[in-house]
Amino acid sequence: MKSLVCLKQVPDTETQIKVNPEGTGIVTEGIKHIINPYDEFSVEEALRLKEKFKEGEVVILAIGPDRATESIRTALAMGADRGIHVNDPAVNTADPFAVAQALAAAAKDVQYDVIFCGHRAIDDDFCEVGAMLAEFLGLPQVTLVTKVEVAADKKSAILERDIEGGKETVEVPLPCVVTSQKGLNEPRYASLPGIMKAKKKPIDAKNAAALGVSVEAKLQSKEYSMPPERKAGKKIEGLEPPDAAKQVVQALRNEAKII
Amino acid sequence: MDYLLTDEQKMARDMARKFADSELKPIADRLDREHTHSPEVVKALGEMGVMGVAVPVEYGGGGMDYVSYALIVAEISRACGGTGTLVAAHNSLYCYPMLKFGAEQQKQRYLVPAASGQSVGCYALTEANAGSDPAALRTTARLDGDSWVINGEKKFISNGNIADYVVFAATTDRSKGYKGISQFVCDVRETPGYKVGRVEEKMGINASGTAELIFEDARIPKENILGEPGSGLRQMLATLDSGRISIAAQALGIGRAVLEESLEYAQQREQFGRPISDFQAIQWKLADMATQLDAAELLIWRAALLEDKGLPFEKEAAMAKMFASDVAMHAAIEGVQILGGYGYCRDYPMERHMRDAKITQIYEGTNEIQRLVIARNLLKKRK
Repeated sequence: MKSLVCLKQVPDTETQIKVNPEGTGIVTEGIKHIINPYDEFSVEEALRLKEKFKEGEVVILAIGPDRATESIRTALAMGADRGIHVNDPAVNTADPFAVAQALAAAAKDVQYDVIFCGHRAIDDDFCEVGAMLAEFLGLPQVTLVTKVEVAADKKSAILERDIEGGKETVEVPLPCVVTSQKGLNEPRYASLPGIMKAKKKPIDAKNAAALGVSVEAKLQSKEYSMPPERKAGKKIEGLEPPDAAKQVVQALRNEAKII
Repeated sequence: MDYLLTDEQKMARDMARKFADSELKPIADRLDREHTHSPEVVKALGEMGVMGVAVPVEYGGGGMDYVSYALIVAEISRACGGTGTLVAAHNSLYCYPMLKFGAEQQKQRYLVPAASGQSVGCYALTEANAGSDPAALRTTARLDGDSWVINGEKKFISNGNIADYVVFAATTDRSKGYKGISQFVCDVRETPGYKVGRVEEKMGINASGTAELIFEDARIPKENILGEPGSGLRQMLATLDSGRISIAAQALGIGRAVLEESLEYAQQREQFGRPISDFQAIQWKLADMATQLDAAELLIWRAALLEDKGLPFEKEAAMAKMFASDVAMHAAIEGVQILGGYGYCRDYPMERHMRDAKITQIYEGTNEIQRLVIARNLLKKRK
């Protein structure tokens, strides 16, 4: 069972995000980075499939600057076999379209039964890359997956996916692109022997030229801004409860305009 | 200080931190109140290689160096001081002597299952009248046919209540003094005459059980002696030297928790219309804590690095243990002070840190003994 896992390095969820003075991005200095949590589900699922079929390979594919190597190594320490690191300034900061193009180009040299992507990255929240990647490769895609059952012949899979208020079960021919949703699994921790082994596992470094892609972004990021600070709440005081309730209703209707 | 570490050391630390934050920190208060360890945590740590950090992979361990080990113990202790004791005692006081002094067959039989986390081990040295002076121990080992017959009582044994394996010290010939001391290993499940006595009611580190171990005509196989007969004291001292680094790391971890929680509290607690972190009195406490903890960390790394390089580290380990435990205790006292009334109450973990920190000045050689060790090393050089 061979899986290709697309992985993105994102700022730690605990990090306090600040917009840089130019408004062109966030301050990345001093920030701790982690594997996008949805991609961690992907790594875990790919490892479980390989363990279940007792054969195969888990390849980690990441786009990002030098520090993205740390996240690839962490996935290798969890048990993945090898990594591909696309590190090219033009791609690293590109829009989802260009990123998906680069991933598609890199995927061409890899054998896989399933490609896993996180259903979204917790930094920019585009939720687009998995879908675009499937389109570029001409593969079926199943999004928001919470359960994966691959048929013994590896020709198809039964997948469970989140839908509003419930679950949908779908059957899909392989290879396909799966986007991972919370609930898919509980990712394992890297082990110490895994960390030592990860040191010796290969990571292929590639740039856009090596992949043969020309980056044509469709989107241009214009500005980053922090959400406005929350205003202080309004207190209604000194009234009998029925009168106070009336005031609240009025405020909700006329000022907040939410009812 | 990250740039002083290798990529693998950073990964080991990050792994331990992630585990400690998500799996251990949320239950630390419960473990403390219920005076119990978490078998699930121990099992998970075993799977990660943390129950045998510096034990080679072929013996079921993590195959890492002592710097990584110190980093990991600090992270675990940052979340739960008691679990820090459990891990440190198992690694440093059980796995270490088995690895260093055990014969190949003994390692296969007694080290592999412990280092891989299937069983917990403990180290039984202290007795009621032999604490800082281990040569005064009274437990005896008498050869009888194919067995050693053991008699004696061990006290204050970390993990004693849950251990399947025990490395212990006994004298085979009291007339020889410390030259008559040997160390042995046993599987308590196969040792008739062995039982766990009283489990102590302690001030802190309550996620780690501290028990009395009783040997009453207990029989262990003849081949269960570690190394040459009479080499017990040498083995003990080497074990304690190495173990001190882990206690230093435990103290550091507790101190780090204190600093983090003090910083958080001081910035949110308002008095006189502003956060108390605006006041110099609080800032000085925070500055002192941070500086002392960083200094302790560097002392720990130095001692661990010397051990990794196979160089003498007795003095450096003693310095690290003494300094780290003193600054952790000092930080904890100041942490409680910063939190004021809240710090004194159990709603906040600060009072637990203070109770947990105290033991690090006492066990694995009191800080008075550490100063003695340091001074002896200094004076030896001048002779």
